[in-house]
Amino acid sequence: MYIVVIGGGKVGYYLAKALLEERHEVLLIERDRRRAMQIANDLGEGVVLRGDGAEAATLEAAGVSRADVVCAVTGEDEDNLVVSQVAKRHFSVKRTIARINNPRNEDIFIKLGIDVTVSATQFIISLIEQEIPTTPFVNLLTLRGIGMEIVDLYMSDDCPWVGRRIGDLALPPDTVLSLLIHDGARSFPTKDTVLALGDHLIGLTSLESEARLHEMLQPV
Amino acid sequence: MQVVILGCGRVGARLAGILDAEGHPAKFGGQAVLGEGIDYDVLRQAGIETADAFLALSDNDNSNIMASQIAQRVFQVKRVIVRIYDPGRNESFRDMGLETMCPTRVGVDRIEALLGVN
Repeated sequence: MYIVVIGGGKVGYYLAKALLEERHEVLLIERDRRRAMQIANDLGEGVVLRGDGAEAATLEAAGVSRADVVCAVTGEDEDNLVVSQVAKRHFSVKRTIARINNPRNEDIFIKLGIDVTVSATQFIISLIEQEIPTTPFVNLLTLRGIGMEIVDLYMSDDCPWVGRRIGDLALPPDTVLSLLIHDGARSFPTKDTVLALGDHLIGLTSLESEARLHEMLQPV
Repeated sequence: MQVVILGCGRVGARLAGILDAEGHPAKFGGQAVLGEGIDYDVLRQAGIETADAFLALSDNDNSNIMASQIAQRVFQVKRVIVRIYDPGRNESFRDMGLETMCPTRVGVDRIEALLGVN
C-alpha cells in the first residue's frame, strides 16, 4: 500500500517507521525543515517530503491521488481536518484517517467526510469507563460504515434490568445482545437468561437506537 | 445584526469597532485559546448560538477553516465568512461551499491593476 503520513511529530514518526517495517510504501510530510532532515537521516531520504500538507501543491508533489490512505497526525486538530478534507475532495483519496486531540471534534470531522478519526483522549476515557464500571453504557466500537455500535452494558445496582428476563425487555430496533459475562465467565444469552447484578452484556445496536438503549438502562 | 469574530488582529479589531459603531454588537471569540485550537465553549460564550454572522479572521488559515465549518454545520450560523491567505486552500474550500475571501489574491489583483498588466 502507498500511505502518506502528514506530521512528523512522535506519532507520525513512529507510524511511518512501523509502516516501513511492514514493507509499505510510505511518504511522510513535515513542515519544519530541521525535523524533516532529522527524519530523513533516520528513515531515508526518499521517505520525507518537506512542506505544508495543507497546501494542495505539497499533496500533489506527494502524489496523494494514488495513495491508498492519507493519515493526518499532526498535533493540531485544525491542520489534520484541513489536510484530510483537501486530500479527500481535491485528490479523491480513498481513505483518510485523522488524529483528533479534542474528543469533541469527532462529530464535526465525521460530518465533514473524514473516514476515520483516532483520538487518544477518547480512547483513554473509554478504557477508564471500561475498567471502572460506573457507567452502565460503554461504546466499545463504532462501525461507521454500517451505522452500528458494539456496546458494553453493565448491570449496576440501580439498573432496572437486574433480575429481569432478556425476553421481557422491549429492546429498541436493530439491537442484539450477543454475549453475557457473569462472574468472569462467558455465555451466549437467550431470551430466558435472567440478568444479575454485576453482569456485563456485550451487544450490537444501531446508531439510531443507541439513545433509547442508553435510556432503558437508567434507574427509574 | 449580531456578529461573532474569530481573531483580533488589525482586520478583526477594526471591523468590530466599525460594526459596533453602526449598532451591530460584535464579540470576539477564540483569540484567547487559538493556540489550543477551536473551543466550543469559547464560541458559545461569544454568542455563536444566536449570532447572525460569523467571521473567521485569525491569522491561521486552518483555524479559520475549521471554525467556520463548525459555525456553519454545528451552530447553523446563517452567514459565515472566512479569510484564507493561501490561494490554493481558498479555492478548495470555496468549492466546498464556504464564503471565502483571500487577501493574497485581492492584493495581487489590485497591484496588477495599478501596474496596468492584467
